[in-house]
Amino acid sequence: MSASPPAFSARHVVAYAYRRSVGPVLGRFFTELRDRRIVGNRTAAGRVLCPPMEHDPETGVATAPDFVPLGPGGVVTTWSWVSAPRAKHPCAHPFAWALIRLDGADTAILHVLDAGSESRVRSGMRVRPRWRAETRGEIQDIECFEPEERA
Amino acid sequence: MRDVAVLAFAQTPFKRRENTRSEVDMVMSVVREAVAASGIPRREIGFTCSGSSDYIAGQPFAFVGAVDALGAWPPISESHVEMDAAWALYEAWIKIQTGVCDAALCFGFGRASMGTLPETLTLQLEPYTLAPLGIDAIGMAALQARAWLEKTGRSERDLAEVAVRSRRDAKQNPFAQLRGDFEVAKLLAEPTLASPLRKHDCPPISDGAAAIVIAADDVARRAGPRPVWIRGIDHRIEPHHPGMRDLTLCPSAALAARKAGVDPARIDVAELHAPFTHQELILREALALPPRVQINPSGGPLAANPMMVAGLVRIGEAAEQIRAGRARRALAHATQGHCLQQNLVCWLEGE
Amino acid sequence: MSDRGPVKSIVTPTHLEYEYTATGAQAEFLHQIGQGRLKGQRCGECGKVTCPPSGACARCGVPTSEWVDVSDRGTITTFCIVRVPSENIELKLPYCAANILLDGADVPFIALLQECETSEVRIGMRVQAVWRPREQWQPSFENIRWFKPSGEPDVPVEQLGDWV
Repeated sequence: MSASPPAFSARHVVAYAYRRSVGPVLGRFFTELRDRRIVGNRTAAGRVLCPPMEHDPETGVATAPDFVPLGPGGVVTTWSWVSAPRAKHPCAHPFAWALIRLDGADTAILHVLDAGSESRVRSGMRVRPRWRAETRGEIQDIECFEPEERA
Repeated sequence: MRDVAVLAFAQTPFKRRENTRSEVDMVMSVVREAVAASGIPRREIGFTCSGSSDYIAGQPFAFVGAVDALGAWPPISESHVEMDAAWALYEAWIKIQTGVCDAALCFGFGRASMGTLPETLTLQLEPYTLAPLGIDAIGMAALQARAWLEKTGRSERDLAEVAVRSRRDAKQNPFAQLRGDFEVAKLLAEPTLASPLRKHDCPPISDGAAAIVIAADDVARRAGPRPVWIRGIDHRIEPHHPGMRDLTLCPSAALAARKAGVDPARIDVAELHAPFTHQELILREALALPPRVQINPSGGPLAANPMMVAGLVRIGEAAEQIRAGRARRALAHATQGHCLQQNLVCWLEGE
Repeated sequence: MSDRGPVKSIVTPTHLEYEYTATGAQAEFLHQIGQGRLKGQRCGECGKVTCPPSGACARCGVPTSEWVDVSDRGTITTFCIVRVPSENIELKLPYCAANILLDGADVPFIALLQECETSEVRIGMRVQAVWRPREQWQPSFENIRWFKPSGEPDVPVEQLGDWV
């Protein structure tokens, strides 16, 4: 037998594409995104959730059936600057992750903030969505958010 | 409630890349060591539970392959959680409480070096509105870190000090991976990965395995001289979406501690599964640990963070503090999900 | 409102890359098959041979270290005929996947059976490996393209021991 066991490495890719049914609540959210609008929905206690959910995440009670138009702009509640984006990141140039509470919502959505430089980003700043040229009915129809205020 | 004790804890030295031993080899070594040290004959282990995730090394049904190390003939009662092995211990504890068995073996393993861990962990996110954005584990943690710094007025220096202390304490731990003396100023001069987090704020990628044997009542007392009793254990989870939680608090850890009957005033030492520096500070507050309580004498996850194992290791290290006579009562914590979404707390006491 | 109808589903592609390192017994097995040899490990406690080896005896839960030669001929212990297509399997349907107990081994493993009508496959059938040309050999199980009937007389089921 060989004196010491050799080590072998092999590149191995796990790749698959699931088609996920979205149901009536997220379905409506994505349908509105396709038309460049953002909606949320309401819990029994009146808290406006975005993204909309079938049930209140705190109580488990079903949310109200109607949808609430939001934004389009909102406020950054927290953020993180990525100066060296990874290959799988949605932006090839430096950008920020941000939690954004859209006008009319009580919760924040997570998305990308393309602000040009870290010095332009701060919690509390106002941002608005930049829409993709061809929308498909998915969260990436919002290409990213950008500062409302011109640089 | 039955009294359940930790009888033995075994771990592999944690490494950036385990290229010599397979998962089966690592599990074999910790399982044999823990069972031998427990004083319980192998045939009297009534239940075995493991924690691991196939996505870590990209090997489907990896946990089934690991059963090769157990000698599952005649057939054994065995289960698995696609989670940190701390939850495997919880399941084993439930089996003992419900009278299914008197002694159980829990283990965890993983070779995260085989993949690109921060990207693998993107798949832990809800697949409709979060995962498609491609946010990785460090980005998620960074959102929480900034929110906490802004709310508390604490600084990136405070975070760096957690990293420096952890890796200095890890010098005493022969199993830890990142050990040594670092200078806060030098660390703060490094670039951020996802601001405000720098490399030192993040856990290392670690390969390894660990095992714990637990047993009840007289079985534990007969087995060996120094059972370490699990006086309480509980776990709680918060909503998944980061925009629907207050990321600066950890109510699930606080609630788990309360339900487990933790009295912070009586805790001597704590092993916290806080993979990011700011998370230790959030947890210290959520668990109301007094300043005198030493956190992570082992070095904690900032010194070695074997995925699916690090939480179980916290329980083992907490038990070791008691067994070695360095503490009377210890708290151990484990977490799953991003930004401390799900938390397990247990507290241990010597005989 | 668009006339594309409401969104009913989204497609979420996943792509993860790994560099998997084979170690210990796995690595030695690959090294050996890379040279056209099949090797298994014998358990020091129960004496059973596992090929391909994992470094442990699955029955006894002990490390294994003794290497033994294993033939590239064996016997079918069970099989199934697959009639359902699969994205990354480019085989004509139906095809046969069989559990094969190699001569010298005590644990069967699953492999593809070809060069045989599926209606002819039976438990006890003798098979042999069909190797790729030597110049294509890598440290990989893919050196064996598939198994085919060897033409030897069947092994009676009673003689297949624990494995049927």
